[in-house]
Amino acid sequence: MAELINLRPDLKHIAQLIKPASRVLDLGCADGELLAWLQANKQVRGIGVDVDVNSIVHCVEKNLNVIQADMESGLQHFEDGSFDFVVLSLTIQSMHNVELILQEMLRVGRCGIVTFPNFGYWENRWQILKGQMPVSETIPYEWYNTPNIHFCTVNDFSQLLAKLGMQVDGQVVLHQGEPVNFLPNLLGSLALVQFSQTKRQQTLG
Amino acid sequence: MSDSVGIVTPQKWVFEEPITLSSGAVLPRYELMVETYGELNADKSNAILICHALSGHHHVAGYHTAEDKAPGWWDSMIGPGKPIDTNRFFVIGVNNLGGCHGSTGPSSINPATGEPYGSAFPVVLVRDWVETQARLADRLGIQQFAAVIGGSLGGMQALRWSITYPERIRHALVIASAPKLTTQNIAFNDVARQAILTDPEFHGGDFYQHGVVPRRGLRLARMLGHITYLSDGGMGEKFGRLLRTGEYQYGFDVEFEIESYLRYQGDKFANVFDANTYLLMTKALDYFDPARHYGGSLAEAMRQAKAKFLVVSFTTDWRFAPARSREIVKALLDADRTVSYAEIESQHGHDAFLMQDAPYMNVMRAYLNNVAKELV
Repeated sequence: MAELINLRPDLKHIAQLIKPASRVLDLGCADGELLAWLQANKQVRGIGVDVDVNSIVHCVEKNLNVIQADMESGLQHFEDGSFDFVVLSLTIQSMHNVELILQEMLRVGRCGIVTFPNFGYWENRWQILKGQMPVSETIPYEWYNTPNIHFCTVNDFSQLLAKLGMQVDGQVVLHQGEPVNFLPNLLGSLALVQFSQTKRQQTLG
Repeated sequence: MSDSVGIVTPQKWVFEEPITLSSGAVLPRYELMVETYGELNADKSNAILICHALSGHHHVAGYHTAEDKAPGWWDSMIGPGKPIDTNRFFVIGVNNLGGCHGSTGPSSINPATGEPYGSAFPVVLVRDWVETQARLADRLGIQQFAAVIGGSLGGMQALRWSITYPERIRHALVIASAPKLTTQNIAFNDVARQAILTDPEFHGGDFYQHGVVPRRGLRLARMLGHITYLSDGGMGEKFGRLLRTGEYQYGFDVEFEIESYLRYQGDKFANVFDANTYLLMTKALDYFDPARHYGGSLAEAMRQAKAKFLVVSFTTDWRFAPARSREIVKALLDADRTVSYAEIESQHGHDAFLMQDAPYMNVMRAYLNNVAKELV
């Protein structure tokens, strides 16, 4: 797995979480970097989804299976429980239907992995304090040209999961590709959350 | 012209062994008009079959003579260095059975009577075409196609190939197609057929003996068809409400440019196409429904397939809308088959599959590059 080094930092961490020979759906797969790595190194059976036709071309060039679709209306192409992992990397902050996509991820898959820019990162907070919309490594747009419409912090995201009956199974907060363990919601600029359906307590009688 | 296959000559293949069609009718013998480009490799693994749409034929690429104004109907896609690269692939174009460009069809002589078949020519289904194409492949020694590719009705043939002969096709490229026609599609087809059937010169399909052609009917059928192959936006952009004379004439002659265009297209078509073939081809479209034999489940039908699929649709295609291609994709995913899907932004409507929109060409090129790599 030597080539892990070449992956985008958040994708590197996602790649480590995915079990060999599993079925993976990569939402907003862009040029298919993650899927190509997983297929080559973990014998994963993967499908990518992206709304942009250029991404489709790049994925086809890499011999990946890819479906052009707009995820805002859900994942109608896919049957319940057809994937082990459903990945949504650096996309959720630009989506309208955040709750729907999270529900859809756990409808079609056992386990979801989402990465997003952490709005709680101190530099973002500092810029807000100075009276400006944050522009940083993980939020590289100005307020007027950003595709991002739904920012959240690490804490916000886990609260939403809880509201939707989902649980956090694992979380890594990164800054410049390195995990941040101390005060992650303040010191990390990019979050990775692995989640699944909350196991309901079995009640008898 | 370095990207053209150049001057090509069609060949007629004669099949003396009878064929029983899906309808039960038997043709004692038949002929297929065929064009090929590129070289079949030693292990015969590089063959690509191109299936034509409603009014298509075997002349897929290149020119018949140096004076030809227009090349074959998919010349943009097929040739040296083009997405379907004739330097790597052996490409076969076939005029389907029932056609009017050299293959046995309603205007051919019925050996039983010595007269043209006319109304006696049996209805042919997509699966019958696949059967004749498979026999052609046998003759050429092609066990397995690298790919079967088609748009519209041609895409239906590619789908049928993957179901009927799963071992004989490695890739199916299904473009601007549908798993079956909608009610509206069938309705359009019937209006087109009625235009032909009610033409006084149709003579129940036996107009050949009367030395006439139901030109008016064919022309109307084509005009209607043409409208449905274009998008409102694309047509509007090209013609708008342009008037030929710049002023309203308050009459029923050609005034708007779009009227002129449609009449021209209709006339051109009526001069070269056979009315009975038009009826047959639209019927084949209407009947196509592979799910029918699998309890209505397209996924069940697609479970027979072993090929890998590329499905492509176009945003402004309202005749075979992207939603219809998504049904195919969904069925393939449900059946756990390998599929990629592109939904191409285009203003060209259904006809976009014949155009050169860059993203479309890029997807095709990328996919077929991989198909070619498997050959080495």
